[in-house]
Amino acid sequence: MPHGEKLSDALNFFIYDTVKILFLLTTIIFAITLLRSYFSTEKVRVYLSKRHEYTGNVLAALFGIITPFCSCSAIPLFLGFLQARIPLGVTFSYLISAPLNNEIAIAMLLTMFGWKVAALYIGFGLMVAIVGGIVIGRFGLEKEILIEVKPIEGEIHAENQVIAFKTRLSEAWDYTLDILQKIWLYVLIGVGAGAFIHGYVPTEFITSIAGGDNPFAVPLATLLGVPMYSNAAGVMPLIEVLTSKGMLMGTALSFMMAITALSLPEAMILKRVMSLKLIGIFFGTVTLGIIGVGYLFNALL
Amino acid sequence: MKIEILGTGCAKCKALEEATKQAVAQSGKFAQIEKVEDIMKIMEYGVMSTPGLVIDGKVVSTGKLLSVAEIVDLIKAY
Repeated sequence: MPHGEKLSDALNFFIYDTVKILFLLTTIIFAITLLRSYFSTEKVRVYLSKRHEYTGNVLAALFGIITPFCSCSAIPLFLGFLQARIPLGVTFSYLISAPLNNEIAIAMLLTMFGWKVAALYIGFGLMVAIVGGIVIGRFGLEKEILIEVKPIEGEIHAENQVIAFKTRLSEAWDYTLDILQKIWLYVLIGVGAGAFIHGYVPTEFITSIAGGDNPFAVPLATLLGVPMYSNAAGVMPLIEVLTSKGMLMGTALSFMMAITALSLPEAMILKRVMSLKLIGIFFGTVTLGIIGVGYLFNALL
Repeated sequence: MKIEILGTGCAKCKALEEATKQAVAQSGKFAQIEKVEDIMKIMEYGVMSTPGLVIDGKVVSTGKLLSVAEIVDLIKAY
Protein backbone atom coordinates (compact mmCIF):
# COMPACT_ATOMS: atom_id res chain seq x y z
CA MET A 1 0.00 0.00 0.00
CA PRO A 2 1.43 3.44 -0.89
CA HIS A 3 2.34 5.64 2.04
CA GLY A 4 -0.35 8.26 1.34
CA GLU A 5 -3.09 5.66 1.33
CA LYS A 6 -1.91 4.23 4.64
CA LEU A 7 -2.03 7.65 6.24
CA SER A 8 -5.50 8.39 4.93
CA ASP A 9 -6.56 4.99 6.19
CA ALA A 10 -5.27 5.79 9.69
CA LEU A 11 -6.89 9.21 9.52
CA ASN A 12 -10.19 7.64 8.51
CA PHE A 13 -9.98 5.26 11.42
CA PHE A 14 -9.13 8.07 13.83
CA ILE A 15 -12.05 10.23 12.63
CA TYR A 16 -14.48 7.33 12.65
CA ASP A 17 -13.40 6.32 16.14
CA THR A 18 -13.63 9.81 17.63
CA VAL A 19 -17.02 10.48 16.08
CA LYS A 20 -18.29 7.17 17.44
CA ILE A 21 -16.91 7.85 20.92
CA LEU A 22 -18.16 11.42 21.07
CA PHE A 23 -21.61 10.35 19.89
CA LEU A 24 -21.87 7.60 22.52
CA LEU A 25 -20.51 9.91 25.21
CA THR A 26 -23.09 12.56 24.37
CA THR A 27 -25.93 10.05 24.53
CA ILE A 28 -24.84 8.46 27.81
CA ILE A 29 -23.99 11.69 29.62
CA PHE A 30 -27.32 13.16 28.51
CA ALA A 31 -29.23 10.12 29.79
CA ILE A 32 -27.42 10.10 33.16
CA THR A 33 -27.89 13.84 33.64
CA LEU A 34 -31.58 13.63 32.84
CA LEU A 35 -32.05 10.76 35.28
CA ARG A 36 -30.14 12.64 37.95
CA SER A 37 -32.35 15.69 37.70
CA TYR A 38 -34.93 13.66 39.66
CA PHE A 39 -32.63 13.22 42.65
CA SER A 40 -31.32 16.09 44.70
CA THR A 41 -28.75 15.97 47.47
CA GLU A 42 -31.24 17.79 49.69
CA LYS A 43 -33.72 14.93 49.37
CA VAL A 44 -30.98 12.34 49.90
CA ARG A 45 -30.01 14.12 53.09
CA VAL A 46 -33.55 13.88 54.48
CA TYR A 47 -33.66 10.21 53.58
CA LEU A 48 -30.23 9.36 55.04
CA SER A 49 -30.82 11.25 58.28
CA LYS A 50 -33.39 8.62 59.23
CA ARG A 51 -31.01 5.66 58.76
CA HIS A 52 -28.46 4.08 61.04
CA GLU A 53 -24.88 3.14 60.35
CA TYR A 54 -24.29 0.21 57.94
CA THR A 55 -27.68 0.61 56.21
CA GLY A 56 -26.73 4.27 55.97
CA ASN A 57 -23.32 3.43 54.49
CA VAL A 58 -24.84 1.19 51.84
CA LEU A 59 -27.56 3.69 50.91
CA ALA A 60 -25.14 6.63 50.91
CA ALA A 61 -22.84 4.79 48.50
CA LEU A 62 -25.80 3.96 46.24
CA PHE A 63 -27.04 7.55 46.28
CA GLY A 64 -23.54 8.61 45.25
CA ILE A 65 -24.22 7.01 41.87
CA ILE A 66 -27.46 8.78 41.07
CA THR A 67 -26.97 12.24 42.52
CA PRO A 68 -25.06 14.98 40.74
CA PHE A 69 -21.75 15.91 42.34
CA CYS A 70 -19.03 18.43 41.72
CA SER A 71 -15.98 18.90 43.91
CA CYS A 72 -16.93 22.57 44.37
CA SER A 73 -19.99 21.51 46.37
CA ALA A 74 -18.08 19.01 48.52
CA ILE A 75 -17.99 21.35 51.55
CA PRO A 76 -21.66 22.38 51.70
CA LEU A 77 -22.51 18.74 51.19
CA PHE A 78 -20.19 17.51 53.92
CA LEU A 79 -21.41 20.07 56.45
CA GLY A 80 -25.01 19.65 55.36
CA PHE A 81 -24.91 15.93 56.06
CA LEU A 82 -23.39 16.45 59.50
CA GLN A 83 -25.98 19.13 60.22
CA ALA A 84 -28.63 16.52 59.65
CA ARG A 85 -26.85 14.29 62.21
CA ILE A 86 -25.80 11.80 59.57
CA PRO A 87 -22.83 9.86 61.02
CA LEU A 88 -19.35 10.82 59.77
CA GLY A 89 -18.73 7.36 58.31
CA VAL A 90 -21.97 7.47 56.30
CA THR A 91 -21.07 10.94 55.04
CA PHE A 92 -17.73 9.60 53.84
CA SER A 93 -19.38 6.67 52.08
CA TYR A 94 -21.20 9.28 50.02
CA LEU A 95 -18.10 11.46 49.53
CA ILE A 96 -16.19 8.45 48.19
CA SER A 97 -18.95 7.12 45.97
CA ALA A 98 -20.11 10.38 44.36
CA PRO A 99 -16.94 11.39 42.48
CA LEU A 100 -16.08 7.74 41.76
CA ASN A 101 -19.37 7.29 39.96
CA ASN A 102 -19.29 10.53 38.02
CA GLU A 103 -21.04 10.73 34.67
CA ILE A 104 -17.87 11.14 32.62
CA ALA A 105 -16.21 8.02 34.06
CA ILE A 106 -19.33 5.90 33.62
CA ALA A 107 -19.93 7.17 30.08
CA MET A 108 -16.30 6.56 29.09
CA LEU A 109 -16.34 3.06 30.59
CA LEU A 110 -19.55 2.13 28.77
CA THR A 111 -18.20 3.54 25.53
CA MET A 112 -14.73 2.05 25.63
CA PHE A 113 -15.17 -1.18 27.61
CA GLY A 114 -18.84 -2.09 27.45
CA TRP A 115 -21.38 -2.64 30.21
CA LYS A 116 -19.62 -5.54 31.95
CA VAL A 117 -16.53 -3.58 32.91
CA ALA A 118 -18.67 -0.54 33.74
CA ALA A 119 -20.77 -2.71 36.08
CA LEU A 120 -17.65 -4.17 37.70
CA TYR A 121 -16.24 -0.70 38.20
CA ILE A 122 -19.46 0.53 39.82
CA GLY A 123 -19.79 -2.64 41.93
CA PHE A 124 -16.25 -2.54 43.27
CA GLY A 125 -16.50 1.24 43.65
CA LEU A 126 -19.54 0.76 45.88
CA MET A 127 -17.58 -1.75 47.92
CA VAL A 128 -14.73 0.71 48.48
CA ALA A 129 -17.22 3.44 49.43
CA ILE A 130 -19.17 1.26 51.87
CA VAL A 131 -16.16 -0.35 53.55
CA GLY A 132 -14.15 2.88 53.49
CA GLY A 133 -17.00 4.80 55.15
CA ILE A 134 -17.45 2.16 57.84
CA VAL A 135 -13.70 2.11 58.57
CA ILE A 136 -13.49 5.91 58.80
CA GLY A 137 -16.57 5.90 61.03
CA ARG A 138 -14.82 3.46 63.40
CA PHE A 139 -11.93 5.85 64.09
CA GLY A 140 -14.11 8.33 66.01
CA LEU A 141 -12.75 11.36 64.19
CA GLU A 142 -15.56 13.82 64.85
CA LYS A 143 -13.10 16.14 66.64
CA GLU A 144 -11.06 16.45 63.43
CA ILE A 145 -13.79 18.58 61.87
CA LEU A 146 -12.61 22.16 62.02
CA ILE A 147 -15.97 23.90 61.87
CA GLU A 148 -18.55 23.60 64.57
CA VAL A 149 -21.66 22.16 62.98
CA LYS A 150 -24.94 23.08 64.58
CA PRO A 151 -27.42 20.24 64.13
CA ILE A 152 -30.73 21.21 62.60
CA GLU A 153 -33.50 21.14 65.18
CA GLY A 154 -36.63 19.14 64.53
CA GLU A 155 -37.75 17.71 61.22
CA ILE A 156 -35.50 18.26 58.22
CA HIS A 157 -37.30 18.80 54.97
CA ALA A 158 -36.38 19.41 51.36
CA GLU A 159 -38.19 21.82 49.08
CA ASN A 160 -40.05 19.97 46.40
CA GLN A 161 -39.26 21.72 43.16
CA VAL A 162 -41.70 20.95 40.40
CA ILE A 163 -39.84 21.05 37.10
CA ALA A 164 -41.44 20.42 33.72
CA PHE A 165 -40.04 17.51 31.71
CA LYS A 166 -39.23 19.88 28.85
CA THR A 167 -37.13 22.00 31.20
CA ARG A 168 -35.34 18.90 32.46
CA LEU A 169 -34.54 17.90 28.88
CA SER A 170 -33.15 21.27 27.92
CA GLU A 171 -31.17 21.56 31.17
CA ALA A 172 -29.69 18.09 30.73
CA TRP A 173 -28.76 18.99 27.16
CA ASP A 174 -27.07 22.25 28.19
CA TYR A 175 -25.14 20.38 30.86
CA THR A 176 -24.08 17.68 28.40
CA LEU A 177 -22.77 20.29 25.96
CA ASP A 178 -20.95 21.97 28.82
CA ILE A 179 -19.18 18.72 29.73
CA LEU A 180 -18.37 17.89 26.11
CA GLN A 181 -16.75 21.28 25.68
CA LYS A 182 -14.54 20.49 28.64
CA ILE A 183 -13.51 16.99 27.65
CA TRP A 184 -13.50 16.68 23.85
CA LEU A 185 -9.87 17.69 23.51
CA TYR A 186 -8.77 15.18 26.15
CA VAL A 187 -10.73 12.47 24.37
CA LEU A 188 -9.01 13.32 21.07
CA ILE A 189 -5.58 13.31 22.67
CA GLY A 190 -6.36 10.08 24.49
CA VAL A 191 -7.55 8.31 21.36
CA GLY A 192 -4.57 9.64 19.42
CA ALA A 193 -2.07 8.51 22.05
CA GLY A 194 -3.88 5.18 22.24
CA ALA A 195 -3.50 4.75 18.49
CA PHE A 196 0.20 5.53 18.82
CA ILE A 197 0.72 2.94 21.57
CA HIS A 198 -1.32 0.48 19.58
CA GLY A 199 0.95 0.89 16.61
CA TYR A 200 4.38 1.47 18.11
CA VAL A 201 4.73 0.24 21.71
CA PRO A 202 5.49 -3.49 21.87
CA THR A 203 3.11 -5.68 23.86
CA GLU A 204 5.96 -7.28 25.83
CA PHE A 205 6.90 -3.87 27.20
CA ILE A 206 3.42 -3.23 28.61
CA THR A 207 3.01 -6.78 29.89
CA SER A 208 6.28 -6.55 31.78
CA ILE A 209 5.14 -3.37 33.55
CA ALA A 210 1.40 -3.79 33.96
CA GLY A 211 0.89 -7.50 33.39
CA GLY A 212 0.78 -10.41 35.82
CA ASP A 213 4.58 -10.57 36.19
CA ASN A 214 4.80 -7.35 38.15
CA PRO A 215 3.41 -7.78 41.68
CA PHE A 216 3.56 -4.03 42.29
CA ALA A 217 1.54 -3.10 39.20
CA VAL A 218 -1.65 -2.44 41.21
CA PRO A 219 -0.23 -0.05 43.86
CA LEU A 220 1.87 1.64 41.18
CA ALA A 221 -1.17 2.20 38.97
CA THR A 222 -3.16 3.50 41.96
CA LEU A 223 -0.50 5.99 43.03
CA LEU A 224 -0.11 7.18 39.44
CA GLY A 225 -3.86 7.67 39.18
CA VAL A 226 -4.32 9.92 42.22
CA PRO A 227 -2.92 13.14 40.67
CA MET A 228 -4.69 12.58 37.34
CA TYR A 229 -8.09 13.77 38.48
CA SER A 230 -9.33 15.92 35.63
CA ASN A 231 -8.20 13.83 32.71
CA ALA A 232 -10.36 10.75 33.15
CA ALA A 233 -11.77 11.36 29.69
CA GLY A 234 -8.33 11.29 28.13
CA VAL A 235 -6.92 8.44 30.19
CA MET A 236 -9.71 5.91 29.53
CA PRO A 237 -8.90 5.43 25.80
CA LEU A 238 -5.29 4.86 26.81
CA ILE A 239 -6.26 2.22 29.35
CA GLU A 240 -8.36 0.48 26.75
CA VAL A 241 -5.32 0.08 24.54
CA LEU A 242 -3.14 -0.92 27.51
CA THR A 243 -5.56 -3.68 28.55
CA SER A 244 -5.69 -4.99 25.00
CA LYS A 245 -1.90 -5.16 25.17
CA GLY A 246 -1.63 -7.16 28.37
CA MET A 247 -2.43 -4.82 31.27
CA LEU A 248 -4.48 -6.83 33.77
CA MET A 249 -8.06 -5.70 34.23
CA GLY A 250 -7.73 -5.36 38.03
CA THR A 251 -4.75 -3.06 37.57
CA ALA A 252 -6.75 -1.05 35.03
CA LEU A 253 -9.74 -0.80 37.41
CA SER A 254 -7.48 0.41 40.26
CA PHE A 255 -5.98 3.01 37.96
CA MET A 256 -9.37 4.32 36.85
CA MET A 257 -10.75 4.42 40.39
CA ALA A 258 -7.71 6.27 41.69
CA ILE A 259 -8.16 8.88 38.95
CA THR A 260 -11.80 9.59 39.76
CA ALA A 261 -12.13 8.94 43.50
CA LEU A 262 -9.21 10.96 44.82
CA SER A 263 -8.47 14.41 43.58
CA LEU A 264 -6.02 16.95 44.91
CA PRO A 265 -8.32 19.96 44.31
CA GLU A 266 -10.97 18.23 46.41
CA ALA A 267 -8.42 17.71 49.19
CA MET A 268 -7.51 21.41 49.04
CA ILE A 269 -11.19 22.36 49.30
CA LEU A 270 -11.83 19.95 52.18
CA LYS A 271 -8.87 21.39 54.08
CA ARG A 272 -11.10 24.32 55.01
CA VAL A 273 -13.42 22.11 57.06
CA MET A 274 -11.38 19.12 58.17
CA SER A 275 -7.94 18.55 59.62
CA LEU A 276 -5.08 17.20 57.52
CA LYS A 277 -5.19 14.09 59.69
CA LEU A 278 -8.77 13.37 58.66
CA ILE A 279 -8.03 14.08 54.99
CA GLY A 280 -5.01 11.78 55.28
CA ILE A 281 -7.09 8.98 56.76
CA PHE A 282 -9.76 9.54 54.11
CA PHE A 283 -7.26 9.36 51.24
CA GLY A 284 -5.30 6.54 52.86
CA THR A 285 -8.37 4.37 53.41
CA VAL A 286 -9.63 4.90 49.87
CA THR A 287 -6.19 4.25 48.36
CA LEU A 288 -5.85 0.99 50.30
CA GLY A 289 -9.39 0.01 49.27
CA ILE A 290 -8.65 0.65 45.60
CA ILE A 291 -5.40 -1.32 45.77
CA GLY A 292 -7.31 -4.16 47.45
CA VAL A 293 -9.88 -4.16 44.64
CA GLY A 294 -7.10 -4.39 42.04
CA TYR A 295 -5.41 -7.38 43.69
CA LEU A 296 -8.73 -9.10 44.39
CA PHE A 297 -9.81 -8.73 40.78
CA ASN A 298 -6.49 -9.87 39.34
CA ALA A 299 -6.54 -12.90 41.65
CA LEU A 300 -10.10 -13.84 40.68
CA LEU A 301 -9.55 -13.73 36.94
CA MET B 1 -36.18 43.31 47.57
CA LYS B 2 -32.99 41.60 48.56
CA ILE B 3 -31.41 38.95 46.36
CA GLU B 4 -28.61 36.77 47.68
CA ILE B 5 -26.34 34.51 45.69
CA LEU B 6 -25.00 31.62 47.73
CA GLY B 7 -21.68 30.22 46.62
CA THR B 8 -18.22 29.46 47.86
CA GLY B 9 -16.48 30.96 44.85
CA CYS B 10 -16.88 28.39 42.10
CA ALA B 11 -17.10 29.49 38.47
CA LYS B 12 -20.83 28.85 38.30
CA CYS B 13 -21.43 31.02 41.38
CA LYS B 14 -19.73 33.99 39.74
CA ALA B 15 -21.68 33.42 36.54
CA LEU B 16 -24.93 33.36 38.51
CA GLU B 17 -24.04 36.66 40.16
CA GLU B 18 -23.48 38.23 36.75
CA ALA B 19 -26.73 36.82 35.39
CA THR B 20 -28.61 38.12 38.44
CA LYS B 21 -27.26 41.63 37.94
CA GLN B 22 -28.42 41.61 34.34
CA ALA B 23 -31.79 40.16 35.31
CA VAL B 24 -32.40 42.87 37.91
CA ALA B 25 -31.54 45.54 35.36
CA GLN B 26 -33.93 43.98 32.85
CA SER B 27 -36.77 43.52 35.31
CA GLY B 28 -36.68 47.22 36.15
CA LYS B 29 -37.18 46.47 39.84
CA PHE B 30 -35.07 47.82 42.59
CA ALA B 31 -33.16 45.07 44.29
CA GLN B 32 -30.13 44.79 46.47
CA ILE B 33 -27.78 42.02 45.35
CA GLU B 34 -25.47 40.34 47.80
CA LYS B 35 -22.99 37.52 47.31
CA VAL B 36 -22.86 35.18 50.30
CA GLU B 37 -19.58 33.31 50.52
CA ASP B 38 -19.58 32.43 54.20
CA ILE B 39 -20.14 28.70 54.33
CA MET B 40 -21.96 28.83 57.67
CA LYS B 41 -24.49 31.35 56.33
CA ILE B 42 -25.02 29.17 53.27
CA MET B 43 -25.63 26.18 55.53
CA GLU B 44 -28.22 28.12 57.50
CA TYR B 45 -30.31 28.29 54.36
CA GLY B 46 -30.13 24.48 54.15
CA VAL B 47 -28.53 24.68 50.70
CA MET B 48 -26.08 21.92 49.81
CA SER B 49 -25.65 22.33 46.11
CA THR B 50 -24.22 25.68 45.13
CA PRO B 51 -24.85 28.10 43.56
CA GLY B 52 -28.08 28.98 45.31
CA LEU B 53 -30.38 31.92 44.77
CA VAL B 54 -32.30 33.49 47.65
CA ILE B 55 -34.95 36.20 47.31
CA ASP B 56 -35.88 37.98 50.55
CA GLY B 57 -34.73 35.07 52.65
CA LYS B 58 -36.45 32.36 50.60
CA VAL B 59 -34.41 29.81 48.64
CA VAL B 60 -35.70 29.81 45.06
CA SER B 61 -33.04 27.75 43.29
CA THR B 62 -30.12 25.46 44.16
CA GLY B 63 -27.33 23.81 42.25
CA LYS B 64 -28.11 25.51 38.98
CA LEU B 65 -26.76 28.28 36.83
CA LEU B 66 -29.99 30.02 35.91
CA SER B 67 -30.31 31.99 32.70
CA VAL B 68 -31.03 35.72 32.84
CA ALA B 69 -34.59 35.09 31.57
CA GLU B 70 -35.23 32.52 34.32
CA ILE B 71 -34.08 34.92 37.03
CA VAL B 72 -36.27 37.69 35.58
CA ASP B 73 -39.23 35.29 35.85
CA LEU B 74 -38.35 34.47 39.46
CA ILE B 75 -38.06 38.16 40.34
CA LYS B 76 -41.39 38.97 38.69
CA ALA B 77 -43.14 35.99 40.23
CA TYR B 78 -42.03 37.11 43.64
